[in-house]
Amino acid sequence: MNDTNRDGSSRGGPNDAGAQPAKRPNTLLWVALAVFGIVGLSLNAFMRPEGMAKRFAVVTTVERVLVEETVPAAVEESPAAVAADPKSTQDPDPRRKWVAPEDAGLAAGTLRRVDGVEPIRWETRESVKASEAELLRSEIKPGGPVRIESSPIDSLGIWVAALLTLFILSFVYRDNPFYKVAESILIGVSAAYWMVVGFWSTIVPQLLGALAPGFVREYAMPSLPASATPGLDAALAFVPLLLGFMLLWRLAPKGGWISVWPIAFVIGTTAGIRLVGAIEADLMRQLVAAMKPLVVFEEGVAASGEAIRMFDFWGSVGSVVGVVGDLSVLTYFFFSVEHKGAVGKTARVGIWFLMISFGSAFGLTVMGRITLLLQRFEFLFTDWLNI
Amino acid sequence: MTTKNTEQTPDGMRGFFVRLGRLDRRWIFLAMGLSIAVPILLKLRFPEVPGPMARATFDSIESLPDGSRVLLSFDFDPASKAELQPMANALVHHCASKGHKIVFMALWPLGKQMADQAIKEVLLEYHGDKYEYGTDYVQLGFKAGNEGVIKVLTTNVAEAYPTDASGAAASGLPLIADVRDLGSFDLVSTVSAGYPGAKEWVQYGRESMKPEARLTSGSTGVQASQLFPYYPAQLNGLLVAVKGAAEYETLVTEKYPVDRNSERLEQGRIRMGPQLVAHLLMIALIVLGNIAMIASRGTQGGAR
Amino acid sequence: MLRRTIPMLILASAGLLLIVAKFSPFTVSWQETVLGWFNILAAVAFVLGAGNLLAVNLEQISSRRPGWAYAAITLFAFAVTLVVGMFKVGAVPNGMHPDIHLAGAHDVPQAPFGWIYDYMLVPLTSTMFAMLAFYVASAAFRAFRAKNIEAILLLGTAFIILLSQTAAGMFLTGWIPEDSVFSFLRLDVMKRGITEHVQTAGMRAITIGIALGVAATSLRLIFGIDKSYLSKT
Repeated sequence: MNDTNRDGSSRGGPNDAGAQPAKRPNTLLWVALAVFGIVGLSLNAFMRPEGMAKRFAVVTTVERVLVEETVPAAVEESPAAVAADPKSTQDPDPRRKWVAPEDAGLAAGTLRRVDGVEPIRWETRESVKASEAELLRSEIKPGGPVRIESSPIDSLGIWVAALLTLFILSFVYRDNPFYKVAESILIGVSAAYWMVVGFWSTIVPQLLGALAPGFVREYAMPSLPASATPGLDAALAFVPLLLGFMLLWRLAPKGGWISVWPIAFVIGTTAGIRLVGAIEADLMRQLVAAMKPLVVFEEGVAASGEAIRMFDFWGSVGSVVGVVGDLSVLTYFFFSVEHKGAVGKTARVGIWFLMISFGSAFGLTVMGRITLLLQRFEFLFTDWLNI
Repeated sequence: MTTKNTEQTPDGMRGFFVRLGRLDRRWIFLAMGLSIAVPILLKLRFPEVPGPMARATFDSIESLPDGSRVLLSFDFDPASKAELQPMANALVHHCASKGHKIVFMALWPLGKQMADQAIKEVLLEYHGDKYEYGTDYVQLGFKAGNEGVIKVLTTNVAEAYPTDASGAAASGLPLIADVRDLGSFDLVSTVSAGYPGAKEWVQYGRESMKPEARLTSGSTGVQASQLFPYYPAQLNGLLVAVKGAAEYETLVTEKYPVDRNSERLEQGRIRMGPQLVAHLLMIALIVLGNIAMIASRGTQGGAR
Repeated sequence: MLRRTIPMLILASAGLLLIVAKFSPFTVSWQETVLGWFNILAAVAFVLGAGNLLAVNLEQISSRRPGWAYAAITLFAFAVTLVVGMFKVGAVPNGMHPDIHLAGAHDVPQAPFGWIYDYMLVPLTSTMFAMLAFYVASAAFRAFRAKNIEAILLLGTAFIILLSQTAAGMFLTGWIPEDSVFSFLRLDVMKRGITEHVQTAGMRAITIGIALGVAATSLRLIFGIDKSYLSKT
């Protein structure tokens, strides 16, 4: 194959050195973009007095001391009475509690500190922007329990959030390892997050709290209400416990069929709930709402001052349109009859109504999607870059 | 990012539109990005004229006697926060300005955090001196079970929420100690991004409320289409997307202005500025795409 | 019996109980109990999902299939979030019971679990959904073709809604008086007409159709006609 022209210059081919310059502009572009980005971010972060992604924290020192009542309780509550009354206190020793050192009861003498128990101190931190921190600094008294300090952990968080956002957005150019890393993190974090939330909000109070209420109160939820029928609750709680184990058996290599029992329970419950809700709200109520008067009148006042009813043209048009729309769309969805003749024409009108509905839905959807992207840009510009 | 397949391309304006039809979609992505980024940087804002649905929502809350008991359900997560947090914030500010007693709950796991944000940024910021936890407001938090939670609320609130979000016994909180079921509330309002949300509240909760009680909803644009049939017979008010949020914010802040950190109640209106440019871009893209289709008729390798 | 009959009985019992509970006050407490069990199983389903995630990703790592490093990242992120959440690592003590560690608040931003939520989960989830804006724009350019009457109706309606939702609507037609004969030409009036009458009618019919479908499917499941959930047994 002749790779040279008559004057000896290279004709060009896939392996020809002449193809290399075409790749260099792309690489140069990315290098220039990277350098510009790093220089720009560095200047923004270090040269501007307000910096970027700087977060502060309002730190409040909290202290609690263990106290007990000095005044004896008027009525001693037996454990049975405590269990029978859901409104009764659930603390193991109801006369002891943790309060702030400046609690009025200590000063009044109705409470006294329990000997031998050290106070517990901790700090609460509320993240604020640099601009808010400046405003708050002037309002906070020095030397008090509240102070403002810089918060490297929150500043790091802003950087992590911004980088993860950019990693995901990089997918619009093309798939790349940064996007894949961000996607992997999202999958792992969200699965664990939902599991933790489900555990602490439902499994602990409703399942473990019924099976072993004393244990849960002592180690996790001291304010868990006492049940009037703890024995019955514990017995009944074995049902969801057993069903839950059966559901998890789905992961086992053998015997996964046992998970059909809890799945059947979930499906049955859902079917029962949905049936009632669908018929009541989506069928009956919608049919009632669809039955509108075709001729609409509105209240008005005659020239003589007398109250009269006047024909409302646009209201009537709206009613007619609504009724025609309801009937024609329902006709379109009735597939048991062939869409020919009058039925076919009515169904065609129904399709037009549906197209207008979908066009409107599209317009509303666009607004929603744009708002999502807008919010991410707002975060990048205001919280991260601080411009 | 280059156009390809220039064989059989006509000349002139027609050829321009044919080539436009083959445009690499990454240029479109760039245009969309710029149409949102530039207005944000330029801080474009426009006045909002409230529509009838926003007014109905406003009137539903405004017409309640001061100090009524209301239930606010935060049924969304950070993915929809941009559209729904503004209406949630305005809702909380409106209820608190009327002195209503507010019970917060969530049907979505991350909805509790959304409610916490509204409590911190609006309720405690503007009304912290009048609102005491347990007496004036309570945060019940998230409960798993979707519409099952609503069903339980229709008969026994304490069964669904024996404790509040922090683990304190519900029976010890004066605001909800005597609440039996949904009939105890004068208003139920859901800020909803999907399932479970407004539809489920209408289907399972509406019938158990008092006849004179109100049910309102704030919804994303995506979900709003499914909720139109319920308005106004079953939903007394409906806020649709960030536009509904902006309109409602306008009504609330006109009646109950704030003297600090006002941007917390202006997020909906702030976000409507870039919406204009992006919407015009969408219209332009549809028009150009169709012109490209017409121009490509009869050419080989026409517009897709 | 164990694989088919008992699950069908469980399904029918649960479904019928919840239907009867709507009409009978005597079964309300049973309904509350059953729904409580449902809520617990919903929470256990999260555990099932996490378990499945572990199984899939561990298998990918052990077999060293392409992309196994990403599976390792997934598992690492999962493990860290699970540990700090389950054991409430760094939780803010409960003001009423500061001596009980597990009574503390782990979902506040200052705790590691809350930090992960605020600075990792929120930006990742939000950005994933935000990407849809780009794809909507691309779809508008490439796929929305006015080739027939139905498509023209759809696009025309979309134009009206898109314009009326923004300040452009007021700019273009806001000057037409609301009480004039030509008020129907105002974009906001057109939008109201479309959403309150045409779209409502369309969506109402769809809603009624869905309700009938839900009722039919629920009854088929409860009466054992539909046994698709037993397909693997």
